[in-house]
Amino acid sequence: MANSAETSSTPRTSKDTISNSAAPLPVVSSPTARGRVFRVALVGNPNTGKSTLFNALAGMNVRTGNYPGVTIEKKVGRCSVGDYSIELVDLPGTYSMAPRSPDEMVAVEVLTGEAANEPPVDVIVCVVNSTLLQRNLFLVSQIVELGKPTILALNMTDAAEARGLAIDVEKLSENLGVGAVPTSASRRTGIDELKAEIKTQLDRVANGRAAATDRERPLPKQFYAVCNELRAELVQRACTTESLNERNCSRTMIPDQYLIERMLLDRGGEAERRAIRRLGAAVLPAIAQAREKLASTCGDPTELECGARYAWAAKHLDGVVSRTKAKPRNATDWLDAILTHRVAGMISFFAIMFLIFQCIYSFSQFPMDLIDGATGLVADAITSIIPPGMLRSLLVDGVIAGVGGVLIFLPQIALLFFFLAVLEDCGYMSRAAFIVDRAMTIFGLSGKSFLPLMSSFACAVPGVMATRVIENRRDRFATIMVAPLMSCSARLPVYLLLIGAFVPATGVLGGWLSAQPLVLMAMYFVGVAVAIPVAWLLKKTLLRGEVAPFVLELPEYKIPSARVVFSRVWEAVREFVVRAGTMIFAASILIWFAGFWPGDHSRQFELQTQIEQLEVADVTTLDAAELEALHVEYRHVSSLLLTNSTLGKVGHAIEPIVRPLGWDWRIGVGAVASFPAREVIISTLGTIYSLGGEVDEQDDGLVAAMRASTWPDGRPVFTIPTALSIMVFFALCAQCVSTLLVIKRETNSWFWPVLSFSYMTVLAYVGAFATYQVGSRLF
Amino acid sequence: MTTLDQLRPGQFGQIVRIDGFDGIASRLREMGFIPGESVQFLRTAPLGDPMKCSVQGSRIAVRNGEARRVFIEPIAAPVS
Repeated sequence: MANSAETSSTPRTSKDTISNSAAPLPVVSSPTARGRVFRVALVGNPNTGKSTLFNALAGMNVRTGNYPGVTIEKKVGRCSVGDYSIELVDLPGTYSMAPRSPDEMVAVEVLTGEAANEPPVDVIVCVVNSTLLQRNLFLVSQIVELGKPTILALNMTDAAEARGLAIDVEKLSENLGVGAVPTSASRRTGIDELKAEIKTQLDRVANGRAAATDRERPLPKQFYAVCNELRAELVQRACTTESLNERNCSRTMIPDQYLIERMLLDRGGEAERRAIRRLGAAVLPAIAQAREKLASTCGDPTELECGARYAWAAKHLDGVVSRTKAKPRNATDWLDAILTHRVAGMISFFAIMFLIFQCIYSFSQFPMDLIDGATGLVADAITSIIPPGMLRSLLVDGVIAGVGGVLIFLPQIALLFFFLAVLEDCGYMSRAAFIVDRAMTIFGLSGKSFLPLMSSFACAVPGVMATRVIENRRDRFATIMVAPLMSCSARLPVYLLLIGAFVPATGVLGGWLSAQPLVLMAMYFVGVAVAIPVAWLLKKTLLRGEVAPFVLELPEYKIPSARVVFSRVWEAVREFVVRAGTMIFAASILIWFAGFWPGDHSRQFELQTQIEQLEVADVTTLDAAELEALHVEYRHVSSLLLTNSTLGKVGHAIEPIVRPLGWDWRIGVGAVASFPAREVIISTLGTIYSLGGEVDEQDDGLVAAMRASTWPDGRPVFTIPTALSIMVFFALCAQCVSTLLVIKRETNSWFWPVLSFSYMTVLAYVGAFATYQVGSRLF
Repeated sequence: MTTLDQLRPGQFGQIVRIDGFDGIASRLREMGFIPGESVQFLRTAPLGDPMKCSVQGSRIAVRNGEARRVFIEPIAAPVS
């Protein structure tokens, strides 16, 4: 709390006025303006370097919870400017503030201050691409109409200079009536100047002088007059039908000025739909009438808006941009001539995709060995410190066997996200969409589905979230439904474990190709091959309708920003570690407990102690025989305990269901236990074999235990058909709670996640069954 | 008068009008396809669709079906 002298000298802000009458406000609004947190929003077209600018301003103080990928999710960061502490909001890149879907509406509401549970935005920073000012000013013309304190960040000034464009920033600022700051987020220039301008604007907000200057409005006067008439009519309608007093109903039911304008301008837009929802279909004739009136005076609303805004942009840019040198030859078109060429383009597309998977496979080997070694050291250390007992069993068999087995895949996840971020940031990702669009339309999707589906190879959660770039609801839902079929990084551990253990490393086709990577590629192919008919079927049945638009900007190629790439990889790694540390940790403990209880472990621990004492002492021939006998008894006792535990009983109960897939009860338990996340099967198997005494410290851990695992009659459990059947099951199943929850959130309905889980589980079982039945007859 | 998809690679056109008032038409307008503006056809994608063109200094990919909504007058060089 500030001292009283400061409080009395500071002018009252609007927050204070509210707090006198309304319920207590959240802690953010302390009596002094300097004590509260101010909200600054970043808006701009896609490909303006907005994310880089956001990172430059917020640094690493970005609130977690958002997944890497493109800047779809609203990101919130913290920074301070002068004495002000600021909450920085990064809104999704957009070409227009004309909301056509509920998602686009959220961005508009954050800016207009109508969003539920969100304090209003104090200052808007509009990020523009300096090389494409005219196009970018279309959005600016909509932003300035909101009447909020606005700052123009002229980003990518270095690119504009390189193109021989000189921009008179002062003149532009004067023309527009808003502060303008030249920046280059990638070179980190202009950041301090931008912060200074934010401070200037916040000073005015804090002193209650934030009222917008009377800026020139882009559309003709008649338009605003018609809007006012429409508003008056809506107020009248709402009040008579709902018999509320005017003040009340206009506050709750009548959209604010900006939405009235959008209602008039966007045929079938979200503002119109929302008005119908709130006020009933009876508003449609009123809107139609207003549009007609407008059409008779100044032309059709849609054409009127675009014409007027581009005219406004041209007028305000008059004399602002001048050319200092001749337009240099542009590398982007030259690169496009190769990368989107009929032959070279296709070859380079497949080469890039192949190279990425090849790198993920080979580069990750060394760090994976390191992590493996580290987990082994920790397990040894615990074994030497803690005597045999329940605590040691929990730590070694539960936590280390479980979490350690999953953490080992961190290097591969980091590499995959690294390549995705590089492709996205250098501008190739949109070329990939351009190249594959024709092929994607065959099964009812578009090139825009490529990035979400490609991201789903890393993880379906950011993949499903990335589908927000697809404007069309039906295309978007079809993409969401097939995204979990792409082999995500959580399946990779399962594949790698089984391939490494059971697929021979022999060469095929005369030694040119190795069998192991081929099987891995086949597993990735299974998901894609199934996704095609599923998407096609969905677009023919549940998601029928006309073809959606494509219209995609192809940005200039650029060297990817190390900062952007690093921050995406870091977020992915953090996310994965948090998952391993929470959900997989909890699942590991649960599985361990189910495998430990009920049962009397005293004999088991006794044997363990005896074995260890003998192992520490010098082993003579006599002792060796005794040690072997103890080992045999230890394995027998452990395996009996596991069989009679909760886990063992559940496993044996479900064994008849999984037998046709070639699985024993252990694998069945693993598959059931991995419902929260696929990689849990590894930790579950690790715990099962470890509890069952089948993992010796001298052994090669899980792989050796699996190789040694047998049916009661002595046949090995894991044959190639069984391993393949497990892999196919995991390639097609929907064992991932996070994905199902994000599908629920993105579709706003339980129908889609339930459908997703059902169809994928059926496909997985049928696929695994067919694989085992066919495979066991071939091998 | 013809439509954007009818141009040859490298050829320019001046936009006369955009057909329709739906989401596609609005998106085209927002991205700079407005009457009077010049547009250049750059190239088609490897599989024949979509196509890449240049308008207001930015490169935009549109499907042939979408380009058919952009009515143009072929011109020799861009209007400044």
